[in-house]
Amino acid sequence: MQWGSVSEFLAMGGYGLYVWGSYLVTALVLGAEVLLIRRRGRTTAAITGPTENGASE
Amino acid sequence: MNGGAWQAIRAVAWRDILVAMRGRADVLTTVIFFAIVVSLFPLGVGADPGILQTIGPGVVWVAALLASMLALGRLFAGDFEDGTLEQLVLAGEPLAMLVLAKVTAHWLATGLPLVILSPLLGVQFGLTGDALWVMMWSLAIGTPVLSLLGAIGAALTLGVRGAGALTALLVLPLYVPVLIFGAGAVSAAAQNMQISAHLSLLGAMMFTAVALAPWAIASAVRIALE
Amino acid sequence: MVPVFAVLAVVLGIAGLYVGFFVAPTDFQQGESYRIIFIHVPAAWMSMFIYMVMAFWAGVGLTFNTRLSSMMARALAPTGALMTFLALWTGALWGKPTWGTWWVWDARLTSELILLFLYIGYMSLAAAIDDVRRADKAAAVFALVGVVNVPIIYYSVQWWNTLHQGASVSLTRAPSMAQSMLLGMLLMALAFWMYSIAVSLMRVRAIIMERERASAWAQELA
Repeated sequence: MQWGSVSEFLAMGGYGLYVWGSYLVTALVLGAEVLLIRRRGRTTAAITGPTENGASE
Repeated sequence: MNGGAWQAIRAVAWRDILVAMRGRADVLTTVIFFAIVVSLFPLGVGADPGILQTIGPGVVWVAALLASMLALGRLFAGDFEDGTLEQLVLAGEPLAMLVLAKVTAHWLATGLPLVILSPLLGVQFGLTGDALWVMMWSLAIGTPVLSLLGAIGAALTLGVRGAGALTALLVLPLYVPVLIFGAGAVSAAAQNMQISAHLSLLGAMMFTAVALAPWAIASAVRIALE
Repeated sequence: MVPVFAVLAVVLGIAGLYVGFFVAPTDFQQGESYRIIFIHVPAAWMSMFIYMVMAFWAGVGLTFNTRLSSMMARALAPTGALMTFLALWTGALWGKPTWGTWWVWDARLTSELILLFLYIGYMSLAAAIDDVRRADKAAAVFALVGVVNVPIIYYSVQWWNTLHQGASVSLTRAPSMAQSMLLGMLLMALAFWMYSIAVSLMRVRAIIMERERASAWAQELA
């Protein structure tokens, strides 16, 4: 373990902006992707409602 | 290949050339676009001969790229609308060969004029002697590749709204290698360096494109007509 | 299936982050900034791998006319594009402290940028065509053309780069990477992989549902 304190961990030896900029954007992008797909599925279900597949056949 | 197929190929190519000659304005638009784009650069970056000489090969090549892309809209669209393309698909001759004939005719009408005009534009950028020849050669080998790759994009976007911009989006990334070796050959010639590697790689690309692209174009045309 | 991969992604991700931040030592050359590679390298790997898988499914869909494989290809594209974007973004943030510049016209970066354009082209083409079957097939042809082109683009950019860039920026990483660094990177790569599978499966399910509803709706109208 090389971090003496939380602030040292956040500072990343002076590279905090770059390191956390990378990790934060990655987390945001991946999180947004999951949320969008979930909403996409729910929207489809909400708009069309339950269908009886092949009921007319 | 039997005689009938050859006849069909020749007929398709000849017909397209005639159509292009009749619509001369279209061909001229491409060439003038090419000339204007190239002429804008000195106005944008300044007339320093040193800078112009450095960027000249790249500018002429990028302009050729854009001009040949601009011309793609006419490659299949007319035939798609009036049903000629459907006739070609149903003709029973190998479609890949027929589209190759169409692309060849299209190159003769739009690519070849660029090749011929390019030395004049190169002179504007202070390129001389060898570099001008190499520019013509590299464009002569490279623009057919542009036409072939572009035809894939044109066929894929047939009848799609906003086809022009979409074709650009699809095709321009694929043009990158041609641009690199084409402009690279001219730059190398301007600095008295070896150009044979550039030109042979460009040639290899042309053969690959001639061998593979027609199949992709043919299947794209079939998909569009389904 | 989705929960399995999602759980795997989270577990591997936590393990990878733990190793990456608390076990792996400080790099003697790059200091702490190298810790970006724990997401940069996996994202770059996935961006290329997903394109190959996408093209594979697109090709299967095109040859055998199987709807599910086409939908799989369509579902992979956005995730692949995201991975490409992340690779570029983290690459820029890594490059700034390491090379002193956000962007270099290096072969890898340039090819990655062009790969992003190819993903965007694929998605735009698929989105522009209203008929789903035609959209699937046209996009598949483009994906396959891209697969042939990606290596050519990569090598041509590399060749161009060696002519223009010289050796001003050496991209080779430290030859001896600490075991724990490698372990962290592998764990993160696995996590990204599992994440991609989970997300693509979720998306393909949404696509299937959309198409089913659309056809059911069309039937009701008829």
